Amino acid sequence: MTRRTAKPVPRTAVRPRRGGGIRRGEARSGWLFVAPAVIITTVFLVIPIMLAFWVSVSDWNGFQSPLNPRVNFVGLENYAAITVEDGLDQRNFGTAVRNNFYYVLFVVPLQTIIALLLAVQVNRAVLRGKGFFRTAFYFPSVTSTVAIVIVFQFLFTASGAVNAVIGALGIDGPDWFNDSTGVFHALLGSFGVTAPSEGPLAEPGFLGISGWQWIAGPSVAMSSLIMLAIFTTSGTFMLLFLAALQNIGSEIDEASLMDGAGPVRKFFSITLPMLRPTLFTVLTLGLIGSWQVFDQIYVLGGTSAGGTISTPAFLAYRSSFVDLQWGQGAAIAFILFVFIIVLTLLQRWALAERTPKKFRQSKATPKVQGGLR
Amino acid sequence: MTAVDVSAESGIPNDDAPKRSFRRRKRLGARARTGMLLSYLILIGLALIYIYPFIISIAASFKTDAEATQDALSLIPDTITFAAYERLFGDVPFPLWAGNTVMIATIVTLGRVFFDSLAGYALSRLKFKGRAFVFAAFIGILSVPGVVLLIPRFLILQQLGLYDTYGGMIIPLLSTAAGVFIMKQFFDSIPVSVEEAARIDGASTFRIYWTIVLPMARPALVTLFILSFQGSWNELGHFIVSRQSPELNTLTTGVASLVSGQLGSGNQFPLQLAAAVLMTIPVAILFFIFQRRIMNTTAGAEKG
Repeated sequence: MTRRTAKPVPRTAVRPRRGGGIRRGEARSGWLFVAPAVIITTVFLVIPIMLAFWVSVSDWNGFQSPLNPRVNFVGLENYAAITVEDGLDQRNFGTAVRNNFYYVLFVVPLQTIIALLLAVQVNRAVLRGKGFFRTAFYFPSVTSTVAIVIVFQFLFTASGAVNAVIGALGIDGPDWFNDSTGVFHALLGSFGVTAPSEGPLAEPGFLGISGWQWIAGPSVAMSSLIMLAIFTTSGTFMLLFLAALQNIGSEIDEASLMDGAGPVRKFFSITLPMLRPTLFTVLTLGLIGSWQVFDQIYVLGGTSAGGTISTPAFLAYRSSFVDLQWGQGAAIAFILFVFIIVLTLLQRWALAERTPKKFRQSKATPKVQGGLR
Repeated sequence: MTAVDVSAESGIPNDDAPKRSFRRRKRLGARARTGMLLSYLILIGLALIYIYPFIISIAASFKTDAEATQDALSLIPDTITFAAYERLFGDVPFPLWAGNTVMIATIVTLGRVFFDSLAGYALSRLKFKGRAFVFAAFIGILSVPGVVLLIPRFLILQQLGLYDTYGGMIIPLLSTAAGVFIMKQFFDSIPVSVEEAARIDGASTFRIYWTIVLPMARPALVTLFILSFQGSWNELGHFIVSRQSPELNTLTTGVASLVSGQLGSGNQFPLQLAAAVLMTIPVAILFFIFQRRIMNTTAGAEKG
């Protein structure tokens, strides 16, 4: 932005003297050119967000306009109902937060590790296969979530391909998308630990969820969605790593080989440190993206598997459009909104701190990524 | 981004991998070759995991319901049947959904390319009061997470009387902050001299933009075109909250309604998979035509 002011235009011409000079009417054209984008963004993004904020502090029930005089201001009542007041709404929100928490806990590290693995392998593939492998790993990223969910439901059905494969290894596969068993619960169960009937773990705790339920882990159904997420996003992040690896170049590669460093040693002491900025970007993008999971949950109906695949984003939708509790739905959306904005600001701040000017442009990466998915 | 795009357009591979490999193989011993072989085995294994699901899905769309359920892994159906596809064009209004998606994606894509390049050009080149503010506002809007817009968008469409209309489905998508940002960055990177010459000749700002700037901006426009088309073709959330009539279903909302099993009993995997296959084809074609550019764009976004 600021750099542009230094372009070779005579300073006098910049000041628009009305009716003369080669830059006559430039201000008018400028506003005219940005007008469509500004109007669309204002009308369909800025104003709607303000409207939704009003709904989140009102008792609007979905009939007539939220601005009609019979709708009352109720303060933070809707926010309280989902966070501090005991009841079903609070438990639903707490469960959704727990589900999404475990989703993030597994998706973010796994997709990063797999993307890095894919990138390193593809980068090492020095023969002609490189383009083929890159395409194969990236293709799921351009496919519609709806289509991918259908494919995954087919693969993970009780008599499906996945169970056929692990059945060949002698393992009895679950009915993936309908199994609400928490993975950690199942693990504890195999050591003979079962749900406590009393004590601190049995009492309702944070967000109305008992400690025992908090440590459930992702359900088997959610685990299938975790795999789905990794399947569709690892290709995108692989490309980011691949670009970074190509920037590192082969000199360092060969130098370290000549120095006698083994491939594993080389990876951890040379490649990985050099990939740190990209690693940071991938981790934070993953963090921001995986708190927004909605499409998959919607396609699956969101209430299956004992409510263990519901997420805050889906709950916001469902509370409003299905249960007609618009205030609560909007309140959930706003909590999510603030949370994600904070994550994004932290990312921008950290990127600006740690990298010189050139890298700062990657501010735009979140949305560009979103577009690509 | 531009440097990458140039190599993408000319179709020249952007790395000299084969040459390098030749040199390297001469220098390295048997251990390295074993390493390379291992690397390939890992890659082939992983590629199978990524590709096989799509292949057996295509295969299953030609199977009977019973066979798709019982024998999911086989690649060749015992009895090849087109029943699923026939149903898609018979009982299921699949052509209607496809028609809606084609129309909406086309308008949205053209609109985004036009409006975003227009705004990006103004923010990069034209001097006007408030330019810095407008640009800062777009940067701020980049971080608004899309998923929290579902309720707000519904509310405004209802207020404006656009709910459940094509207008309500299309207009909000006609411009994105990300698109404006991409175009602004691009215009910042190309020299200003040609435009200055035209300006001295007395051409109007819009004419300069239309006849001189746009043709120069082709690489960025193609990038934006691909991103917009793919984004609007795969869009689900906005079409959930902007319409309710079945006639306005797009491929995403329509096919999603197949999953919830509104059409009779059973899992109907062949029908769903056939729909998934058909809705993926246009994006897949676009992907294979432009794959080098698409992948470089993704990588380029991060490099800045």
